[in-house]
Amino acid sequence: MNTVPQVGLASLDTVWFQVAGTVCNLACSHCFVSSSPTNHTHEAMSLAEIEPYLKEGARLGVKEYYFTGGEPFLNPEMEAILESTLAFGPATVLTNGLLLPPDRCQRLRAIADKADYSLDFRISLDGYNAETNDPIRGEGTFDRILQGVRALYLEGLNPVITVTEVHDENGSVGGRERFFALVRELGIQKPRLKILPVFRIGAEAERTGAYENWQTLSGADALCGDWSHLQCSNSRMVTDQGVWVCPILVNEPSAKMGEALTDTLVPFPLGHPACWTCHVYGVSCRT
Amino acid sequence: MSNRTPEDPDARRRRTEERERLVAHRGLATWGEKLVPLGRFREATEKTGRRLSRVERDEERSRFLSGSAEKAPIEGPYSRVAVCGGVYNNHFALTALLDDAARRGAEAVYCLGDLGGFGPNPEKVRPLLEQGEVLTIQGNYEASLSTGHDDCDCGYTDPRDNHFAEVSYGYTASHASPDFKRWMGTLPKTRRVNVGSRELLLVHGSPRRINEFLFQSTTPVAFLEVLLDQHGCDGFLCTHTGLHWHRQLPSGRDVVNVGVIGRPANDGNTHVWYSLLEERNDKLNVELLPLEYDHDALAKEMRTEELPEEFVETVLSGWWTTCLEILPARERSLSRF
Repeated sequence: MNTVPQVGLASLDTVWFQVAGTVCNLACSHCFVSSSPTNHTHEAMSLAEIEPYLKEGARLGVKEYYFTGGEPFLNPEMEAILESTLAFGPATVLTNGLLLPPDRCQRLRAIADKADYSLDFRISLDGYNAETNDPIRGEGTFDRILQGVRALYLEGLNPVITVTEVHDENGSVGGRERFFALVRELGIQKPRLKILPVFRIGAEAERTGAYENWQTLSGADALCGDWSHLQCSNSRMVTDQGVWVCPILVNEPSAKMGEALTDTLVPFPLGHPACWTCHVYGVSCRT
Repeated sequence: MSNRTPEDPDARRRRTEERERLVAHRGLATWGEKLVPLGRFREATEKTGRRLSRVERDEERSRFLSGSAEKAPIEGPYSRVAVCGGVYNNHFALTALLDDAARRGAEAVYCLGDLGGFGPNPEKVRPLLEQGEVLTIQGNYEASLSTGHDDCDCGYTDPRDNHFAEVSYGYTASHASPDFKRWMGTLPKTRRVNVGSRELLLVHGSPRRINEFLFQSTTPVAFLEVLLDQHGCDGFLCTHTGLHWHRQLPSGRDVVNVGVIGRPANDGNTHVWYSLLEERNDKLNVELLPLEYDHDALAKEMRTEELPEEFVETVLSGWWTTCLEILPARERSLSRF
């Protein structure tokens, strides 16, 4: 009989917030949580909902906070949420870059300058030109994403360009060079880049097909003995409906672990095929 | 009349699909790969997961945060100690440090590991440590070299950082003698020292991981308080990042990243940094001290050894040219490259 390996929580270093729920102004064809303007599977979180988790996180020794969605800047309280979070620790926002007009970037700069801790941004881009990006992220998004990148950069907030391997060449040495060149063309001398594999769930399962049966972890994988590369060994994801094991599995009710962070300090079984991607590719959603 | 070229069928298909995705979830939720009525998803999540009582949560938290078994013997007490981080083969800076610490009346000199990497001729470091009676712990370099690991285990994640980390490690691994590597393996991984009445824990990266990066802008107060509770000490000293800082915590305890003497602190100055600690008026007095050394001589020796010109540039300019991607946003924004 095949046993599913269990991963304990060694420490709670990273707390994620699904701060915009699954609501997004885009409907990217590779989105593993299928975010879209009409997807209310998870709703946006208010500052009042987030604050108790920040306080609880501090008592558990949390080191950093990440915000994702959906699109975080659809959340009307996003700037206030960042200000409050930065009193507890460093914060990173994963955004599609479309809602970053200059005045917002100026306010974000002011928030970053005032804080003791780092405020960082990741902007998603899935091709180095409109022809390769727009079929994934939506018509016209390439130019608008680059505008967002530039707007943040002009305020001294140099974002990490986050690219998924929707095209095979995106993560190759040559592919990376093309992204660096693109960012340098914007006048950014310190290009920052993160490459992520795709998860074959959500919209991506429709685009390229779901996981195969063999893409699952077994007792034999546990023989490697060390799960410290998996983010489920050191992080949790908070949504408006409670605390999930990780940012990937929020559309799986069985991956919800509890109501408070403290309810979720127990091991979790690596039974989902997406766990295979994290293990095999050594993925961490953190920067 | 229309000038529009007929739309490519592929583009038309994509647009239709995009429109479908935009509205697909009206009243529905994604449950795994299925769309289900929103209410059904909510009902399921309502019932899932643990919901502990207040008392149970307190117990769970104490269990989770229970103390560490680490308990190195306590050295000292000293009234004044000098502590340095990564030497990175910089024997010129180590010589300068031993002089400076003696001049300032340090009763003991500690080194928090990473003796090799970056600079030239690793074998020149050991005699200085021995002559100076430097009390040393292992860094990730010593842990890797003494166990024959093929990687420095610095903990970088970006390929650009890893490329230069490999060059550094490869050079040191092939230029350090087997005897030196064995000696590295005999060094303790932590030490404890009393400075005045304060018990300080000495680690390389963090009390819990030899290669954890503790940068000032990404190391919160509450996180540090928890670590200190777990390790039962009045403060800890670390290095590994190459950037020095000191934080006095609300509990009155201290955490110091002592910096490194191996390369400058990415601020356009050629000097390096170490720390001098003493207890004064019931507080830990921490001085983060710039240390001048013969950086031109170091650069010359690095060129003789054909180390990467990028490393030499750092020594001569005070700006890091490699291993930059690991820097948090704040520290990176202050960096030239």
